Amino acid sequence: MELNGFNCDGEGCAEEQEEESTALKLPRSKTDTTCSIIATPGADSAAAGGSAPKEQRMSKSTPAMLRLDSLKKNRPPFPWFGMDIGGTLVKLVYFEPKDITAEEEQEEVESLKSIRHYLTSHTAYGKTGIRDVHLELTDLSLWGRKGSLHFIRFPTHELPTFIQMGRDKHFSSLHTTLCATGGGAFKYEENFRTMANLQLLKLDELDCLVKGVLYIDSVVSSGLSECYYFEHPTEPDRCEQKAYNLENPYPLLLVNIGSGVSILAVYSKDNYKRVTGTSLGGGTFLGLCCLLTGCSTFEEALAMATEGESTRVDKLVRDIYGGDYERFGLPGWAVASSFGNMICKEKRDSVSKEDLARATLITITNNIGSITRMCALNENIERVVFVGNFLRVNTLSMKLLAYALDYWSKGQLKALFLRHEGYFGAVGALLELTNPS
Amino acid sequence: MALSGGADRGSHSMDKSITLPPDEIFRNLENAKRFAIDIGGSLTKLAYYSTVQHKVAKVRSFDHSAKVSLQETDGDPLYEISVQEEITARLHFIKFENAYIETCLDFIKDHLVNTETKVIKATGGGAHKFKDLIEKKLKLKVDKEDEMTCLIKGCNFVLKNIPHEAFVYAKHADSEFRFQNTHPDIFPYLLINIGSGVSIVKVESEDKFERIGGSSIGGGTFWGLGALLTKTKRFDELLQLASKGQHTNVDMLVKDIYGGAYGSLGLTGDLIASSFGKSATTDKEFSKEDMAKSLLHMISNDIGQLACLYAKLHNLTRVYFGGFFIRGHPVTMHTITYSINFFTKGEVQALFLRHEGYLGAIGAFLKGAEEDNPNQYSWGENYAGSSGLMSVSPELNPVQRARSGTFDMLEMDRLERQLVNLPLLQDPTSYIPDTVDLTEDALSRDYWLFCFEDALDGVVKRAVASQKDQPKAVERAEKFRQKYCHKLQTLRHQPFAYGSLTVRSLLDTREHCLNEFNFPDPYSKIKQKENDMALKYYLKVVKSVEELSWEQRQFTLVKGLLAGNVFDWGAKAVSDVLESDPDFGFEQAKQQLQERPWLVDAYNQWIERMKGPPHKCALFFVDNSGIDIILGVFPFIRELLIRGTEVVLASNSSPALNDVTNSELQILTERIAAMDPVIQAALKEDRLALVQNGSSSPCLDLSRLDKVLATVVRERGTDLVIIEGMGRAIHTNYYAMFSCESLKLAVIKNSWLAERLGGKIFSVVFKYEVPPKS
Repeated sequence: MELNGFNCDGEGCAEEQEEESTALKLPRSKTDTTCSIIATPGADSAAAGGSAPKEQRMSKSTPAMLRLDSLKKNRPPFPWFGMDIGGTLVKLVYFEPKDITAEEEQEEVESLKSIRHYLTSHTAYGKTGIRDVHLELTDLSLWGRKGSLHFIRFPTHELPTFIQMGRDKHFSSLHTTLCATGGGAFKYEENFRTMANLQLLKLDELDCLVKGVLYIDSVVSSGLSECYYFEHPTEPDRCEQKAYNLENPYPLLLVNIGSGVSILAVYSKDNYKRVTGTSLGGGTFLGLCCLLTGCSTFEEALAMATEGESTRVDKLVRDIYGGDYERFGLPGWAVASSFGNMICKEKRDSVSKEDLARATLITITNNIGSITRMCALNENIERVVFVGNFLRVNTLSMKLLAYALDYWSKGQLKALFLRHEGYFGAVGALLELTNPS
Repeated sequence: MALSGGADRGSHSMDKSITLPPDEIFRNLENAKRFAIDIGGSLTKLAYYSTVQHKVAKVRSFDHSAKVSLQETDGDPLYEISVQEEITARLHFIKFENAYIETCLDFIKDHLVNTETKVIKATGGGAHKFKDLIEKKLKLKVDKEDEMTCLIKGCNFVLKNIPHEAFVYAKHADSEFRFQNTHPDIFPYLLINIGSGVSIVKVESEDKFERIGGSSIGGGTFWGLGALLTKTKRFDELLQLASKGQHTNVDMLVKDIYGGAYGSLGLTGDLIASSFGKSATTDKEFSKEDMAKSLLHMISNDIGQLACLYAKLHNLTRVYFGGFFIRGHPVTMHTITYSINFFTKGEVQALFLRHEGYLGAIGAFLKGAEEDNPNQYSWGENYAGSSGLMSVSPELNPVQRARSGTFDMLEMDRLERQLVNLPLLQDPTSYIPDTVDLTEDALSRDYWLFCFEDALDGVVKRAVASQKDQPKAVERAEKFRQKYCHKLQTLRHQPFAYGSLTVRSLLDTREHCLNEFNFPDPYSKIKQKENDMALKYYLKVVKSVEELSWEQRQFTLVKGLLAGNVFDWGAKAVSDVLESDPDFGFEQAKQQLQERPWLVDAYNQWIERMKGPPHKCALFFVDNSGIDIILGVFPFIRELLIRGTEVVLASNSSPALNDVTNSELQILTERIAAMDPVIQAALKEDRLALVQNGSSSPCLDLSRLDKVLATVVRERGTDLVIIEGMGRAIHTNYYAMFSCESLKLAVIKNSWLAERLGGKIFSVVFKYEVPPKS
């Protein structure tokens, strides 16, 4: 219900809010009891961290039983949230328990219930909050509970509204830990505390990212594959999205494209390093598009990019050499100078906003591809996984990355993508819920 | 680079505005051949090869055949001096704005008299655009050369031939430029050429290079995107805007996301997390300046990062940056340097080149001149005819800025011999000839600039006196004064103009300027007179020494060496005495010397060594003519020869001040041999060799010595290096480390310098060093 925050400028919600605020006044201890009563673990227990769930499933030995017991004891109280507060977007994952017994239902505090109903019955919250329904993971077992994992996002600049809501609705009385990562967990920690009396459990964003990726990949086994790649990336006609089995993922180059870009080399579950990063990321694409075309959202910018033609904006090798620059093996179609044609007034006057958006997208994407390729070579890693919200509904960039990596590495490097693109940090944060801070 | 459109439109009106007399710029066109041209977006670089006729001083022995004893020649000079014409090869490089191209071509056409040249090598993006114009005006066929090949060839050439070509840029340091010593082996290196795009080239040898990568985000991106964002059309104006902006208003910093630093990763709060990130989330107007600055950072950081990734992958540490994005712009040099430092944590330095703008033209020229084998020779920058490095901070130095809008020149003289390292340097890669870098030491700089200005009158006087019978001596001397004075002024404002500013470079510049106005040897007559006089005392000195006990003799010989070194016209304190007191002689000089213990006194160690076995071969870098060489050096090496040590006397190839030249030394040695059987025998048995050092400087750069000398030194198994005089042992080489024993000795004939070293005028430096046993 605190997500009503997104609704605050909506009109029809005042009534609902009032109802809920009364519900929040329920005693905290009751919540605790409620949680400890619910105790029917699913078959796939203790999947946190994504390690070796199979072994645990097979052995019915005493230690496993003991672990279940301890799991029950340590199982965090509902609601289960994980939050990643980035430079541009806040990513929220919410676990909705679906195995609630009638008894539980009775015991469940009103506020919890309404959170559940509110989040699961809407796909949009206010003007800018969105639940990515297509990403929802159903029939998931987490800490002995079965349920669905929901993926929600809203812009970081709406965060104050979100916190305000938390205060108005006395979210703090639910006695849950709010696991948060991303820079905002640090920047807004004080605001959460002073405004809403909420204590954040701050988590390192790269730790969370790596955990999240490995976890999601391990739990998604049926249905749509989490990991995919593009077959024949250099032949547009034959280029096709294909499932990829990331069973033995290491070593792995993990490229997270958010507002900026971080590149990690992951060697095992708990061994990774940040290789480098670049400030030319999703924020740069959107920022430049806003300035160049007057658009204001990522979706708008992307829609324009899809329509545009970047070769009017960029100077290609063939524009300089008339064809390929054979001496150095540069194909004529390669971009020699991004925005290079724009030094000339006539050409500046003749390009469309769509062309500019397209050129911006190509420039940023190619550059990420280029830096990634160099890192892969320096680190001697052949598999590259791209994540982050820059890739959301951005097939253009994904295909370009796949192409660029394949072409310039002569097929040595493989670009992989994950369906839950931008949510891994939030998932990683959620998984920390069981770890005492 | 800069707007071709604007330059074109302006070309006709601007034609008339050339104010510099073009014959001061396009010099020696009469004999010019092998033209090459590099036309960029806004600047044209023209290169040609020419021969320069200039005067050289020659000495010739009188009475070669007749064996006349010393007594009989009494009163007559020992040798005659003549001035002869000599022809040397010179490379001319001229840089000017494209707007002047037509005027310049006309001028060249009119002055190109007897050239057999049929083609002109051309490179650069603008080459095809001006092809017809060039062919029409010059009647030369335009022959296009690959841009990258020219660039690399030019780069190799300047790195090999111009000491202090490369520099590190440090915006906030005392001197913005820190010049790098050229590594004896320039390969391998990485060249990052930032034109409209970026090319990353690995250069492994003279002919082997490979484009290992690149990026489309380059100068064209800054310019194109900048023009779109700020509606500012000119590249230079965009840089101006950027230098005034605040990128933090546009970029999303780490602290904008984290509220502070991202401590666990060591990312500080001020780091840019997302370029232009604020314009994505904030709905407000951004200033042109801020956007330009943000763009500049974005592009510089990106290029720097890629450069580092490539350097790491190919294991290269020398990374040079060039291209129009860099070309002398302090803003871009600063941001690139910052980026490289950030990404490599200081492991790789961003290096820039003094003559970066000329690389293409030099390369194109070299391609066309392959039959002249320019790469077989060593070349030297002619300070007299080169403009030097452009101003860094335009706002600090508007005069310089104005000049950059007109013409810029570089001249390279072909040296008669190939120059190489002295094989006895302990570590040629870390050898720095100069003791003090005046670009970094402001106090010393002020003093020496003043000193050279103060001494100018004397030099002019001496120059005129040396050519009393020659035409227009006074007029030429006056021109010399103006030129050198102007150079000193330039150096006062831009100490970095010709690389590191040193006492040596000041002296060399003076020699170049004297040569420029045909004063090849202002001290020829003084040297002649002093040589004559000193020879008369030679036997007396040798005899008096022979009578002494061994211990006494050694000390007297060393003292004689030091006293001889007092006779130095290069030192104002001495030249004043010599001018006013013609009788000032060897004995008086000995009186002036500091008593032991000397300022630097390793005499005891030296004597202990002398008691041991003789050295195999001593290499002696000699200094002045007259008393110094004849009464100081000869008696000293005579003792070495008697001990069984071979001696190589290394002297200057061409005149500088009153330093003894190799040709003078040949005559003097013959004379001495005629009087002294010891020297006679040593010459005959080849135990005494006279070799020129390849230099015409009063100082000594041991990394640029005549190849023949290096061979001799190696062949004879030289195990002792002796360097004499202020110029060679104090201003240069004071800290030079050798792989064999060395003796550096000098009398400090300048009270300021003496004081700086903690002594008084006529303090003695006697430095004897033995290399650490390995």
